Parts: sequence; structure tokens; C-alpha cells
Amino acid sequence: MKQTPLHDEHVALNGRMVDFAGWHLPIQYPTGIPQEHLAVRQDAGVFDVSHMGQLRILGPDATPFLSWATLNDPAKLRPGRGQYSMLQNDRGGLIDDLYVYRDVDESFLVVANAANVDAVLGHLQALATAPTPGPFRVVVRDESDAWALLAVQGPSAAAKLDRLADADLTAVRKNRLVDTTLSGMPVRLARTGYTGEDGFEVFCRPVDAAAVWRLLLEAGVAPCGLGARDTLRLEAGFPLFGHELDDRSNPLCTPFAWVVKDKPAFGLEALRAGACPRRLVGLVLEGRGIARDGYRVLDEAGGEIGRVTSGTVSPLTRTSIALAWVDAAHADEGARIAVEIRGQPVVATVTPPPFYRP
Amino acid sequence: MKIPQELRFAASHEWATEPADGIVTVGISDFAQDQLGDVVFVELPDVGRTLAAGEAAAVVESVKTASDIYAPLAGEVVEVNGALLDAPEAINTDAYGEGWLFRLRVTDPEAWGGMLDADAYAAVAEEG
Repeated sequence: MKQTPLHDEHVALNGRMVDFAGWHLPIQYPTGIPQEHLAVRQDAGVFDVSHMGQLRILGPDATPFLSWATLNDPAKLRPGRGQYSMLQNDRGGLIDDLYVYRDVDESFLVVANAANVDAVLGHLQALATAPTPGPFRVVVRDESDAWALLAVQGPSAAAKLDRLADADLTAVRKNRLVDTTLSGMPVRLARTGYTGEDGFEVFCRPVDAAAVWRLLLEAGVAPCGLGARDTLRLEAGFPLFGHELDDRSNPLCTPFAWVVKDKPAFGLEALRAGACPRRLVGLVLEGRGIARDGYRVLDEAGGEIGRVTSGTVSPLTRTSIALAWVDAAHADEGARIAVEIRGQPVVATVTPPPFYRP
Repeated sequence: MKIPQELRFAASHEWATEPADGIVTVGISDFAQDQLGDVVFVELPDVGRTLAAGEAAAVVESVKTASDIYAPLAGEVVEVNGALLDAPEAINTDAYGEGWLFRLRVTDPEAWGGMLDADAYAAVAEEG
């Protein structure tokens, strides 16, 4: 199993280590998932997300290339800004969801899910060299080993980081990048995250990762594991590739249709041609129990009308929430359906995410 | 990991108190709660229900997973810990106290002596 530069820090903190996409990472620390979740909602927490992949897209055609390859529009990014995006196949589905940062004019940093780095890299390299509409004058290379990545999230995250950083972080707006130093260590900060809270993602050199991590812990930022990362993103209504999204998911049938911009793009016709027999919706359950990945969604007659993709109980509100693909006829806000939990139907209401707003 | 000497255990990680007037209190072990992680929901059996030894009696659901809890002895449910419905985290914080699940009037009080003692259960927990 692969280890991030923070592996020994997690072990020293008694993190409960699991295999996540081939990486040895903490699902939680002894404090537990609900407490870590609340730390991020009420104060500040830090996650090791160094397992995520970083790809460099570089060259005179970098912008037109990424514009063709991804569903959001990187041409709208000025240098120093980032955007959520998706990488589509040509069969009406997705290869991954991404964060795309433009650091300088024709150089982009693409952050991909750990499990998909190889697929994303292979797809982008193939698209770059394809004769139509390319070939594009770009280099696509894997820089994952060059970066450690820490997500610092929560209402106090910016203030706590600001005290450690040389730059004035209060002036950095959402989706912006800033290059600065933390206690002399060079870092690139992006005001983004996956929790629904304000915060920054901290790109640093792997050799500095442990020192940055300790600096944050000393500043009162709580260490948080993958478990809280999952409950937080679900409460915020964000998809997790492999659960809500996969190679057959049409983003136009999800709450993230806004990502798909009106410009020529690889595979776009297949997405546009696809109908939406099912839609990705949020569910709030009225009964007890967690609607887990793969559980059946039922109509009033008990017939299957969909499947749950992720579910949890909100540590904040104790409400049982889920994301699910359900038949379009039952996907409107307020529709009352049920989730089958251990053989029993539990009533749920279709509720557009997010389930929580800071 | 706490394993009180005065309790007996099932290999499926439930504990039971020594029968007093034929009644035992049942919960899950400290090892079990630690493995489950933070408990968020509990389903308890109906009072009056008759359970066979080893029959699924309750469900403890954590963020990670939902786990069936089995009756460690045969008997009739005489009381359940309703406080867990609002405060299921007691299973994590006090597995052998406030985290108890239900009380059984056991069919055969002698059967308690046949359950695992603390040392035997420690060996089971060691193996996971």
C-alpha cells in the first residue's frame, strides 16, 4: 500500500488506518468521526489528501486542449484561479471529477481522484495526440509525487492559516490561488475544499508536509480522517466519484449540470443525446437508520425506483441523509419515496442538496 | 480494552450479567463498540419478545456499518434501554454501563455459566 508523506504522523496520532484506493490513510483518529465533523463545522480541521493526483497540462494549446477535454470552461479561468470540472468519456458518462487550476498563462494543475489518476492521465494523453481536433501542442504529465496536499477547512481555518502565512489570506477570494510561505516553507494555497466550509487546500513539498501538518495542529486545527471527510462532503451535497458518479453517469441528470458549459467538447454530443431516466437527488429520511450505498429506493407500492449511492446521519443535525439515483418521475423536490433499510421501507423526501449551509 | 471479570461474553461480542432472579442485562463489549466506531442509531427488541440463544435481537448502527446484536441466552425481553434511542453514543462511552441494550428473563439461568469468561473472551477479541 502506498503511503503519503504524513503516514507516520497519522500512526503517531493513533489514526485508524485503512486501505483507500491503494493508500494507507486514517479513516478517523481516536476523537471519532462525529467530533472531527463538528470540529470542521464549528472551528477548523485538517485532512491529509496527498493521495489525490496532480497532473500538469502545459504548452501553447493548454487552454483549447482542456476546453475540449473537460466539461467546465478553463478558458474562463484567469491565472491564479480554479474551477470544479469533470472529465467525460464519449459514451455519455464520466472518467473522473476534477479541480482545474490555472497557475500561469498556459499551465494548468489538474487535481484528480487517487483511484483515477492513471485513467485520467491515459485519457488526456490520448486526447492530446488524437488527430482530430488535435493534435494539441501540450504536455500532460503526472506530478502527483511532487505535491503533498492538506485540506484545512472550517470557519476558523482561514484565520488560523493567516497567522502562519506570509500573505494576507483574508484578501484571497474563493477559488483563488496564492503562493506564499508557512513558517518559511513554500506553499501554494487554494481557497477551495470539499466540506462546504470556508478553507484552503495547501499544496506543499512532500519534504515539508509533516512540518506543515504539525504547525497546523499546534495552531489548534483538529486532525480529521476520511470518515469525517465523507460525512462532511455528503452533508454539503458534493458527489464522490465511484459512488454518485461513474462511467455511466450523465452529469446533465445531476445537480451538477451547471458544470457542463456550452462549448465544443469531447463526448458532449453523447451527453446531450442522453435522456435522464434517473436523476441524482438528495434524500432526507424520516425514520431511523442509515441509507447506505446500494440500498434500494422504493415507490409507494414497494417497487424499486432507484438506488442509494451514499448515506449517513448528519453529526450536526442527526438527520439521516443520502444521495440516490431515482426514476425521473420521483425526482422532483418534495417527492415522498422510501429507502429499504434491512428489509423495511423508511420514508424519505426528495430534498435538493446541500443538506447544510454554513 | 476493558473486559470486566464479573461478566460473561458471547463470541459475537455481547456481554451478559450474572442472572439475578432469572434476569440478565445484555450489551456489547468495549471491543465491539471500538470496532463499530461512533454509534448513531440503535434498534431495540420489543418488550415481551421471546428470543432464542443466538437470535438477532437488536441492531447497532455506526457511521461505518450496521451490526446485528444477538441474544446471548434464550429468554424473554423484559426491559430495553430506551435512553439509547436519543443518546446512542452511550454505547461508545460506557459499553458496560449506560450503554446496556436490553434485559432478558432467561429460560435457563445455568446457561450463563457456559458463556465465555473474561479471559476466554479476551482471547476471542484478540483474534478480532
